[in-house]
This record gives sequence, structure tokens and C-alpha cells, in this order.
Amino acid sequence: MIRERTLNGLVLVLLLAVPLWAMFNDQPFTITLATRAVIFALAAVGLNIALGLGGLVSLGHAAFFGIGGYAMGILAHHAQTYTPVMELPFLIEGTKSMPVIWLVAMVTSGIAAFLIGILSLRTAGVYFIMITLAFGQMFYFFSISWAAYGGEDGLLIYVRNDFPGLNTLVPINFFAICFTILCLVLLLNGLLARSPFGLALNAARQAPQRVQTVGLDPQRLKLVAFVISGVITGLAGALFADLNRFVSPTMFSWQMSGEIMIFIILGGNARLCGPVVGAVVFVMLEHFLGGLSEYWHIYLGALLLLVVFFARGGLVGLIAGREVAHD
Amino acid sequence: MTEPILATHSLQKSFGALMATDDISIDLYPGEIHAVIGPNGAGKSTLIAQICGGLKPDAGRVELLGKDVTLTNTLTRAKAGIGRTFQISALAMEDTVLQNVLLGAVGDIGSPWRFLRPVLNDGSLRSKAADALKRVGLQDHAATRTSDLSHGQRRQLEVAVALTLKPKAFVMDEPMAGLGAEGSKTLTGFLDGLREEAPILLVEHDMDAVFALADRISVLVYGKIIETGTVDQIKSSKAVREAYLGGDA
Ligand SMILES: Nc1ncnc2c1ncn2[C@@H]1O[C@H](COP(=O)(O)OP(=O)(O)OP(=O)(O)O)[C@@H](O)[C@H]1O
Ligand SMILES: [Mg+2]
Repeated sequence: MIRERTLNGLVLVLLLAVPLWAMFNDQPFTITLATRAVIFALAAVGLNIALGLGGLVSLGHAAFFGIGGYAMGILAHHAQTYTPVMELPFLIEGTKSMPVIWLVAMVTSGIAAFLIGILSLRTAGVYFIMITLAFGQMFYFFSISWAAYGGEDGLLIYVRNDFPGLNTLVPINFFAICFTILCLVLLLNGLLARSPFGLALNAARQAPQRVQTVGLDPQRLKLVAFVISGVITGLAGALFADLNRFVSPTMFSWQMSGEIMIFIILGGNARLCGPVVGAVVFVMLEHFLGGLSEYWHIYLGALLLLVVFFARGGLVGLIAGREVAHD
Repeated sequence: MTEPILATHSLQKSFGALMATDDISIDLYPGEIHAVIGPNGAGKSTLIAQICGGLKPDAGRVELLGKDVTLTNTLTRAKAGIGRTFQISALAMEDTVLQNVLLGAVGDIGSPWRFLRPVLNDGSLRSKAADALKRVGLQDHAATRTSDLSHGQRRQLEVAVALTLKPKAFVMDEPMAGLGAEGSKTLTGFLDGLREEAPILLVEHDMDAVFALADRISVLVYGKIIETGTVDQIKSSKAVREAYLGGDA
């Protein structure tokens, strides 16, 4: 058994080493795969804050992933067609600037998470799962019917968006951007988990009555966690759209929500790097097994079963053991 | 005359045909321990739930520091100064003992909206928590996982969490249960001193503890208070003897 901290370090170093190796050996596709894994990981780190810390089983996180994606798609689409997003009541122009797109993605998915959270948190258990799923599906069908932005076909963006001082068309540069964001968000997640907020949220999941009797509102704690969670997953959505230079309703699909959750279950619920490990394993399976058979999900299913039955703490739990009670 | 810190007026609560709380008026004055005793199913926990805000009474009022709090929820009452311990421990079982007490300390400062600084690096929260643990004798178990605590230790932890809140009134539901002779003796000594800080409404089955501690005792049977009085009055009450204590008291 190695300590979880060591494992986290190892995982991140590996995740950085592979694309660096690929760069020197001229394997751009490997870099793209690694970037895909990093972005999926980021989406799942977002969900992990709601699910792992707050115990909120959201099956609708694709809503935020998709909102982030469409924030990018819509802004970039207007920029590349030189049309304004809207003119009245005030003029909003499209943009190709990543930081601006990220900000819009995070704000819009945060607002969506706030509204969805307020309504969903009135319920618990299976009803919470269902209501978040329903919200996700609403966004899915809305995007399909939104003809102005490609409806079912989605939106194609011709050139990757800009980041000040970097040529984002070079694969390793875009990877570096995504990887840096992932590391920053993991750092934030680590701090959050140890903060008074994290402590209270953690308790709100386990014993909401207790939290109330110390004068704190468990529902409000969960709502804030849900918003933070949605903001992060939304940011991942914007990056994902930029990676593919394409957005479509698939980003809103419930399969997408399911996959984000699978990353967490595979890697380890509530473990800091659980989502990262899960996303990496998923992308590797998708690539290697997907090349062998289009029914590779069978193997994914088998692996999931194994993890659920024999490794409750996911792969991270299997390697690093039960989480050590705080120092 | 001093005002009661906590009082109920004609509280009433029924579950279907069962009158679990039948016209209960009970009060708690500064510096006192007011014990509530009664057989299993008498309605003690139901009364406490209504006092603390977890259950809405069908009729009647709950007053805290002279203010009507009947329509407020648990959260508001906790903020207003009710420090409660549960009969069935409600603790974050996966967390350490220290983390559970820290939660109380966070509740005491009134805001959980601190996101970046580790709670363990906050000296004032930590010392509050360590203080409370020490007072109930759990200082050596700070790093223990709460689920690994014995039943009795969990009761002590419940009390420790309540201490961090510096409440105006303690409401304790069977804090001695599961403690064993030694443990309940220690806790009895502790509660004895605690009444100086805030009065205690104490639901307890352990008669030795009740007789040693209580300034007043109310006897609850089938949802009704049949008698309220000092230890001696209760011991010699015929009604109590017949309804509850039987021949053995
Ligand atoms: N939510 C509920 N719904 C229906 N009946 C209830 C409910 N809660 C309690 N009761 C009933 O109300 C009565 C009083 O229960 P309560 O838990 O208050 O008793 P108690 O005096 O605390 O008993 P104990 O000494 O066993 O803790 C019991 O008959 C119980 O079955
Ligand atoms: Mg009871």
C-alpha cells in the first residue's frame, strides 16, 4: 500500500509524462487522448465535489458539461461568422478568447446549477437522481431543437480558440492549458475538503440532523457544493468543445452524465484523484478496446462490476487503502 | 422572580390515535437540572423533538428566553441557544472525533463559508474543540474514527459537540445510556458542574444519576406529566410510585 498523496503525485506525473513523450516522438494523437482524459477528469472532479463530499448523486451533470460546451460553441460561432450573439437590449459579440469563454461557461453553468440545485435539493435519494436526470434531458432536447445552433447536428468551430501568448493549435500547448487547470482545480478541491466548509458539507452528507443542531443549514451547504460542482464541470465542457472544435447535443446526453459518474466510481468516490484515475482508465479502455471491438462497453461493464464488488474505494482505494483519518 | 430559560405551554402531539404528548407544560430555570423520567414509550423523546424543533406540535407553545419559537425550525433554535444531544447518536461516523467537535466549533462561529483555509490550521477552532473534548474526557481519542468509538464514548462526544456551542440551555436525551457504572459516574460529576454554565433538561433512565443531579424531576407517563417536584417529593409521591416507580423505589 502506498499513501494516497504519493499515488496522486504519481498519477499526475504520469499524466504529464505521456504527452511529453508523445511530443518528442511525434505522436500528436496520443497528446489528444491525454487531453481528453484530462478534460474528462476535470468534469468528474466537479461532480466529485457534489457526490463525494456532499453525497449528491447527480445524474444530470451533463447539463453543465453541455452548457460549458455550448458557451464555447455559441461565442466562437458568432466570432467566426462575424455576427453578434445579440443586439438588443445590448450588444453581445462572439469571441475567440479562451479566458472569456471559460468565464461565460462557468457563470452560466453556475447559474444553472443554482436553479437546478434549489429545485432538486427539495428531494433526496432516488428522487434526487431522477430530477437531476430530468433536468439534463431537458437541456438535451432543448439543444436538439435549437436550430440556430445546429440542432441535432451541433456546431462546428473551424479554428481552436485563442489563449494569450500560446499557440493553441499545437497539441501540447492545449494539453498544458487543460492540465494546468486540472491541477489548480485539484488543489482547490483539496483545500475545500479540509476547510470548515468541507467539514460541514461532509457532516451534512452523513448526519444532516447533527449539522442543524449546531446551527448550520445542511441544504444550503449542499446547494453551494452543487454550484461549485456545476461550475467546474461547465469549465470542463468548454475545454472539451475546444478540444473537438465541435459541440453537439451529445454533450447533454444522459450517457454523458453516466460516464462522468463512471469515472468517479472507477477511480474512487470522494478520493481527490479518483476521478482522474477513472477518466484515464476510461479513455485507455475506449482507445485500446474500442479499436478491437465496437462493443468495448462490455469490458467496461465487467470492470465496473469488479470495482463495485471488490474495491468499494475504486482503484485509488485498492492501491492506497482506506482513507487515513485526518492527521 | 427569574424568567425560565426554556418553557413549553400545553404542548400537544399525537401520532394517529396515540397521544404522545398530552398537554405538557414544563420549564427550565437558570442554574438547574430538570430531569424528565418515565417508562419506555412515555413520550420523552417526542417532547424533546418538539422543544428542539424537529417535530411540530399539534397545539401549544415553546418559549426560549421568553420568545415564542414554536414556529421556528431546528436550525433557528440551535442558533438561539438550544444545545441538544440525541438519544440515538447523530454523528458523522466516518469522520474523526476531533472533526465532529470541530463541526460544533464551526457552528459556534456561525459561518461555514470559509473555503480555503484548512480547519485544522485554525487555532481558535482547534482549541475550542480540544477544550470540549478534554472536558468530557475524550482528549485521547481525538484522532479516532467516530465509528470506532464505543457506544458510551459516542454519548460523551454528543455532549462535547453541544459544549462547543455554548448554549443557553442543554437538552439531553439519555446521555448516560450505555456508559457503564464508571462512565455514568464521571458524566454525573461533569453535568453537576455544567448546570452553572447553562441549565439542563435531562431525560434519563439512570435513576442514580437522576437522584444525584436533579433539582426538579418531572414524571412523564403515557404522554402526561403526572408529577413535578424535588427528588424527595418524587420519591415519596404515591402517584408516581403507583404509576411508575412501582415497589422498588
Ligand atoms: N414518528 C412517530 N410516529 C408514530 N409514533 C411515534 C413516532 N415517534 C414516536 N412514536 C410513539 O410515540 C410514543 C412515545 O415515543 P418516544 O420515543 O417519545 O418515547 P420515549 O419516552 O422517548 O421512550 P424511550 O424511553 O424508549 O426512549 C411511543 O409509543 C412511540 O412508539
Ligand atoms: Mg426516547
